[in-house]
Amino acid sequence: MTNLNELTIAAARDALRAGEVTSVDLTMACMTAMDAADGLNAFVHKTPEIALDQARAADARLQAGAAPAMCGIPLGIKDLFCTKGVPSQAASRILSGFRPEYESTVTTKLFDAGAVMLGKLNMDEFAMGSSNETSCYGDVVSPWRRGNDTTALTPGGSSGGSAAAVAADLCLGATGTDTGGSIRQPAAFTGIVGIKPTYGRVSRWGVVAFASSLDQAGPMAKTVRDAAIMLTAMAGEDAKDSTSAAIPVPDFEAALTGDIRGKVIGIPEEYSIDGMPQEISDLWAKGTEMLKDAGAKIRWISLPHTKYALPAYYVIAPAEASSNLARYDGVRYGHRAKLGQGDGITEMYEKTRAEGFGKEVQRRVMIGTYVLSAGFYDAYYNRARKVRALIKRDFELAFADGIDAILTPATPSAAFGLGEMAEADPVQMYLNDVFTVTVNLAGLPGISVPAGLDAKGLPLGLQLIGRPWEEGDLLNHAHVLERAAGFVSKPSKWW
Amino acid sequence: MSIDIDTARKVAHLARIRVEEADLPALAGELSGILTFMEQLNEVDVTGIEPMTSVTPMRLKRRADVVTDGGIQARILSNAPDAREGFFAVPKVVE
Repeated sequence: MTNLNELTIAAARDALRAGEVTSVDLTMACMTAMDAADGLNAFVHKTPEIALDQARAADARLQAGAAPAMCGIPLGIKDLFCTKGVPSQAASRILSGFRPEYESTVTTKLFDAGAVMLGKLNMDEFAMGSSNETSCYGDVVSPWRRGNDTTALTPGGSSGGSAAAVAADLCLGATGTDTGGSIRQPAAFTGIVGIKPTYGRVSRWGVVAFASSLDQAGPMAKTVRDAAIMLTAMAGEDAKDSTSAAIPVPDFEAALTGDIRGKVIGIPEEYSIDGMPQEISDLWAKGTEMLKDAGAKIRWISLPHTKYALPAYYVIAPAEASSNLARYDGVRYGHRAKLGQGDGITEMYEKTRAEGFGKEVQRRVMIGTYVLSAGFYDAYYNRARKVRALIKRDFELAFADGIDAILTPATPSAAFGLGEMAEADPVQMYLNDVFTVTVNLAGLPGISVPAGLDAKGLPLGLQLIGRPWEEGDLLNHAHVLERAAGFVSKPSKWW
Repeated sequence: MSIDIDTARKVAHLARIRVEEADLPALAGELSGILTFMEQLNEVDVTGIEPMTSVTPMRLKRRADVVTDGGIQARILSNAPDAREGFFAVPKVVE
């Protein structure tokens, strides 16, 4: 029999409902796996007491009958989510010691549905990074390796802890957040499924803000079905987030019919970028064939402003971040620098923020400050917002033309080694987001599906992009792709 | 557009992040590199395009102007590095 921590959410749900296992059993199995995996550095604050209390409560609820799908399912929670009484640091020194007095809407919804929290997961500081190397907790190590080569690889970022924990079967699913690709890129690097919902589908309340017009939370899971189950529990309008949409949440799992006959899949020509590894183009072509074999029509499309997405993103996201991160001033929560004789409030701010923020966060806050400063606002920020409107229009025109979903690679390469990009300039690292960032700018739903292994045995993912609010249809396409790709590889356990 | 050391110093101050004088040249170089990357945006014809303000066209929600929360002073202050007599405490602001 499979170890309980290796179950999918769907299988665990069915076993729980059938009374074949208890949530306490599942939770204990996950905690054992979690404690044996400290070498991955995925879990940074473990919450075993909370987990067991929640598991016992879930078991009582399951026995009483009619429990929700997520009841009794052990999850990891990204450190970006505020969890009441539990350290929530966004992987930053500036929030050291912070224990929220409140619970984020997403975790509230998951816990109301009976889910179990095993602990908080590592990430890039304030979700700024693509390799989980900017965390104050240190790097997350991917459970994947290049064959017998023991080089430590990145799980991707910013939701690197979530990706590593799910891929290594430390939990059944995890929450992630995605501002420029932070769910989809790590999902692709670790052979799991991750969906960024339509902007406004999931409440941002209680999620530490990075770039408010781009941030969206979503599930990271082992299968498309699991992602659908978990998203159903996470989504919905919230009075505490004025940008959350008053659109009913369907049962996303029910959308997984496996039938995409007659659907039209767009293949955007602009995503064939220079220098794309042959393996990625081959995978993309193979994915296209799979969808065609499933009865979809394939059509080349053009999204002409694609190439401007990254520069627009790296104006807009830092601008919003510089504003959002202004709240970390050493007054209300977290770290405050020790002050010298005669230091006033300005020194307190400047020293606190210099000590509390890591290098990448400082860089982005300063870039954001610059592009918003007098004299440059129009040249950079307003221009980027206009380009963003054009990027969104590209997608709208494609969808208006009858396209149901768009297929692209998820990342321009497989996972790279930790430290390999240390000498590269920041822009090189930003290129990781080249296929994912357009989706955040346009506010669309996007999903990464594991589709194959590269020559060194590392997972590669494909991305599907859907129409706004049509996550169900998008998940169904992903389900078909997942089935056709038949990705079953797992990292072999070395940790 | 390249950022000189004076501009880097000014930006760091505006962002309220202390940067040592010795670190300013490297910072200026990094910021310049990123801004050069952004300059691609100048190739795009944006004549007549409105800046995007929201992802989905929506009216911002309104709610009744009533108190929905309160009486939680201790919880508000519980994470403060320095709180005294029901207030956040900071270094002297007014001479």
